[in-house]
Amino acid sequence: MAEADEPETAETTDERETTMSRAMVSAIASEMRDSDDVFVMGEDVADYGGIFDSTDGLLDEFGREKIMDVPISETGFIGAAVGAAQAGMRPIAELMFADFFGVGMDQIYNQMAKNTYMSGSTVNVPMVLMTAVGGTYNDAAQHSQTLYGTFAHLPGMKVVVPSTAADAKGLMHTAIRDDDPVVYMFHKRLMGIGWMPAPDGPKTSVPEDDYTIDFGEADVKREGDDVTVVTLGLHVHRALEAAADLTGEIDVEVIDLRTLVPLDTETVLESVRKTGRLVVIDEDYHSFGLSGEIIARATEGALADLSAVRRVTMPDAPIPYARPLEQAVNPGREDIIEAVQAVTE
Amino acid sequence: MISDTELQEMYGWMVTARYYEERLQEEYLEGKQPAFDISAGPIPGELHLAAGQEAAAAGVCSHLDDADTVTAPHRPHHVAIAKGVDLERMTAEIFGRRTGLCKGKGGHMHLFDSAVNFAGSGIIAEGCPPAVGAALAAKKRGEDSVAVAYLGEGAISQGGFLESLNLASVQNLPVLFVIEDNDWAISMPKERVTDIRNGSQRADGFDMPGKRVDYDDACAVYEAAGEAIGRARDGNGPTLLEVQVHRRMGHFMGDAEGYRPEGDSERAKRRDSIERMETTLQKAGIDDDTIGDIRDRSHQRVDDAIEWAKDQPEPEPDEAYDDVFTNPPAGWTPNTKPEQAESTGGDD
Ligand SMILES: Cc1ncc(C[n+]2csc(CCOP(=O)(O)OP(=O)(O)O)c2C)c(N)n1
Ligand SMILES: [Mg+2]
Repeated sequence: MAEADEPETAETTDERETTMSRAMVSAIASEMRDSDDVFVMGEDVADYGGIFDSTDGLLDEFGREKIMDVPISETGFIGAAVGAAQAGMRPIAELMFADFFGVGMDQIYNQMAKNTYMSGSTVNVPMVLMTAVGGTYNDAAQHSQTLYGTFAHLPGMKVVVPSTAADAKGLMHTAIRDDDPVVYMFHKRLMGIGWMPAPDGPKTSVPEDDYTIDFGEADVKREGDDVTVVTLGLHVHRALEAAADLTGEIDVEVIDLRTLVPLDTETVLESVRKTGRLVVIDEDYHSFGLSGEIIARATEGALADLSAVRRVTMPDAPIPYARPLEQAVNPGREDIIEAVQAVTE
Repeated sequence: MISDTELQEMYGWMVTARYYEERLQEEYLEGKQPAFDISAGPIPGELHLAAGQEAAAAGVCSHLDDADTVTAPHRPHHVAIAKGVDLERMTAEIFGRRTGLCKGKGGHMHLFDSAVNFAGSGIIAEGCPPAVGAALAAKKRGEDSVAVAYLGEGAISQGGFLESLNLASVQNLPVLFVIEDNDWAISMPKERVTDIRNGSQRADGFDMPGKRVDYDDACAVYEAAGEAIGRARDGNGPTLLEVQVHRRMGHFMGDAEGYRPEGDSERAKRRDSIERMETTLQKAGIDDDTIGDIRDRSHQRVDDAIEWAKDQPEPEPDEAYDDVFTNPPAGWTPNTKPEQAESTGGDD
């Protein structure tokens, strides 16, 4: 919020270009206007407006009772969100960086994610755990992870990863209205923060009116016949850039998963049946995670159609600080191009 | 009584730390103007400066030697300097160079110098349990070394801190917990997040001595820390010490501090522990030439370290895949890009 790049304007047009953070905030604000049960808890969510602008402007409209700064106690406040949700409210708890999940993990995976099941659905947990993910700005091993696979692996929570403003808004509406816990993971680099320039893609035209995007519907961000690239978050944009570079050489289809739980296997299979080649791009660790899961589903569902498979991911190593090191491990456009070329050889 | 040598040493650390951060700030902003881009310039990433907090480092570390352990949070430079962390290699680390303390893997929040038992962590309060562990090791081995865990006042609500207090207390371990109270946790003033007036009151619940130094006077810190560390070395267990310090800067570089009330940061700047220390030195009869000399030498040391660091080579990209294990299992790979092992399956 240091230098918010766009003040909210009172335009009354039907659609306007906006950043991902503004789109998220507008969904939260609208849900808060509609329901007294929705409120926000987190570190630096009030005056600061969220370190990554995810709550910027909400304090002015809703005040401190609803936009609550809380002590640095992730176990305490995430667990309190679980309890408030079970009591019928719809809290949005912000975990400042997904990397900090360790501090409050029990409340996340043993309480939030399991109480519905353990209670035989006599209890439900309608909360959103909103959290910032990802690297590319040299914040090193404790502040750069996505952990997509970790959250998606543990049963009982829905996992959402928007890559554009339009998706971010619709998915946020759906997340808040959902009767189950939703982990909403936004990539810092996509937010449109003044001090962390976003690539061109995430700032999109966004309808002014409320709308929802169903979970479990991947979005084909680019159609193509030769290779299926499956990805999410920041790497949707890197994949689109790579696909543009390959125009005329290889016709690349780019699938943005948008939600991991539920996962839209059908869209992936349909594409793979058409192209016969699959490349998964993931900013999470290599082994035992998202990329392996996508490839497993593709082989389970379309083995006969598959001629080649690759994945480009972070390695099985913590994320280094120095620029040349981080650049080496975070999948870049060139890496994506290489992988796409490799499966077409 | 503090000896003249100790006074001068503490002053030296304080001016070194202050000047070091002024220089880092210059370097950090290079390439980040006019538009601030956190990933640009010779020092990318977050940078948390500790200007205004030097007294808390100097007054405590004056009682420590290399065998004693210190864990520091995300704002570590002043403590690292007072603990005797290698300044050149620390600087190279901050510039992301291969000869840095951590080969460019750690960065400024994660500085490790095992020669002086210094370790950092960017996760709030999570340096506390390892400090307790260092104290446990010392006790088990019958050594008289101690461990010091630094944390901010924002960290006193964190489970890792409270659990550490309890464990240190019930095991009677030689640990000192030092809370640097700079009034702010990013944008959150302490009264918004705790009902106790002083962090040192947390000690009460653990039947442990708790002490607060209300102003950032390195000598007052020295006295309080000396008593606590003496008690720890004598086998009489942990202490919680809080020191009022001042946050002269934003939480991190690039923080516009829109949340900070008018005049608050000016007030913080007026209470300057370094000026206070100079007065103390003068009162102790240390002449201005000597004081000026310490300052000049400290500045020179910083300039040299920065010059050296900037000359150091960057790591090679492939080095990103080293150091996951000290003893990599046979056949294990971090799935590096150079030898991406994915098959091109099927028959195409
Ligand atoms: C577990 C965890 N939660 C949140 C953060 C984000 N964070 C970094 S510094 C900070 C404020 C810390 O305040 P304080 O302890 O007073 O230290 P100061 O920054 O004032 O030195 C926060 C919330 C973190 N690093 N780790
Ligand atoms: Mg503080």
